[in-house]
Amino acid sequence: MADAIRITTPLTDEQVEKLRVGDSVLITGVIYTGRDAAHKRLVDLLAEGKPLPIDVKGQLIYYVGPSPARPGMPIGSAGPTTSYRMDPYAPTLIRQGLKGMIGKGEMGPEVAEALRTHKAVYFAAVGGAAALIAKSILKSEVVAYEDLGAEAIQRLEVRDFPAIVAQDCHGGNIYKEGRAKYEVK
Amino acid sequence: MRDVHVNEIVKTVADLCIAANYQLDEDVIESFKRFREKEESPTARAILDQLIENAAIAREGQFPMCQDTGFAVLFVEIGQDVHIVGGDLWAALNEGVRKGYGEGYLRKSIVGDPLRRVNTKDNTPPVVWTEIVPGDKITITVAPKGGGSENMSEVRMLRPADGLEGVKNFVVDRVSRSGGNPCPPVIVGVGIGGTFEKCAWLAKKALLRPIGQRHPDPFYADMEVELLERINKLGIGPQGLGGRTTALDVHVEVYPCHIASLPAAVNTQCHAARHKTAVI
Repeated sequence: MADAIRITTPLTDEQVEKLRVGDSVLITGVIYTGRDAAHKRLVDLLAEGKPLPIDVKGQLIYYVGPSPARPGMPIGSAGPTTSYRMDPYAPTLIRQGLKGMIGKGEMGPEVAEALRTHKAVYFAAVGGAAALIAKSILKSEVVAYEDLGAEAIQRLEVRDFPAIVAQDCHGGNIYKEGRAKYEVK
Repeated sequence: MRDVHVNEIVKTVADLCIAANYQLDEDVIESFKRFREKEESPTARAILDQLIENAAIAREGQFPMCQDTGFAVLFVEIGQDVHIVGGDLWAALNEGVRKGYGEGYLRKSIVGDPLRRVNTKDNTPPVVWTEIVPGDKITITVAPKGGGSENMSEVRMLRPADGLEGVKNFVVDRVSRSGGNPCPPVIVGVGIGGTFEKCAWLAKKALLRPIGQRHPDPFYADMEVELLERINKLGIGPQGLGGRTTALDVHVEVYPCHIASLPAAVNTQCHAARHKTAVI
């Protein structure tokens, strides 16, 4: 994964359009965490016409439930969780201006469509490489849903967070393309 | 009879929970290196490098190698000449998990009810499998099991007529449909025979066998080798991003079976193949 592209959040349409499947990126800036239970609450709020506890415009949501931080450390181990579980929620947040997600595993056609229509991007982080990824997280604070414990929404400050463009806004999908390239019939 | 105090069981389980989550065994790390040498995809090689580095960071820094520190699955072999004193074995196993997950800064991932879903906050209860064996020792294995790979597991009640080919096709199809979701490269535990629940247990137990150690029966050893080759032709690769390294190994365990049945189970283990054992 040589020649990683450095990107800084928040992201614009122009930045997202330049990213292509297979690109390695190093992300710097603020990212938000959120997984199943938090997503359900966010989407329920929107359905009721209420404001979200975080402004998602231009932002990235990282699908992660970190392990607890040791005293003096910014965070515990923090690798990605499986993304398909967020398929029912991600398009709604993308319509609100979310520019991307970070997780692991393929996301469904409804997400691919939202990435294309609203210029967003899905990054894969290496699942299980949680101690390694934690080194790129400088600071974390819970900003919503503290009662959810490991599933609370946190604001992370990251420097050179390693990820790979897995599904881009041009319809590219590394899970299909990468597999086809190496499959032996 | 030999007396074993429950306090010793509590401490052993707590220590094993922490060690299993911080220290990946050498057989797994060696297999990352071996597959890396053969891997054709540059992205896949880079991911395997990250996994090797991650294991080292976790071991040296005393961090969990994966944030999903799992459901604590406990295999407890109790010698028939052991007398457990000082309290309740089940309570001791729970207390060991509570202590280990608390003191080790491990993530608490268990909800107390599967539908109402309120976190128990201490990762209890564990899933416990006890076996009564000869002798006066207690052997405890803690195998933390992450949700992502567990979700890609399956039991299927095949027909006896489906036979060897039917089972092999089921295993390959299960891994194929799982794609990148279970954090490949995976270890594939296969249970064949017994009953509905026994084959699932066998598939779980198969995950405890070291990578590269074949089934003692050459018939099943050959099946393991063939399944590994077929799976690594699927192209899924590390994290599902394409490559030759989809599985590190396939382990098959079998049990006698009813004339009408052919149960088979696949239990998928992510690359963080964690388990630690102690003997009391």
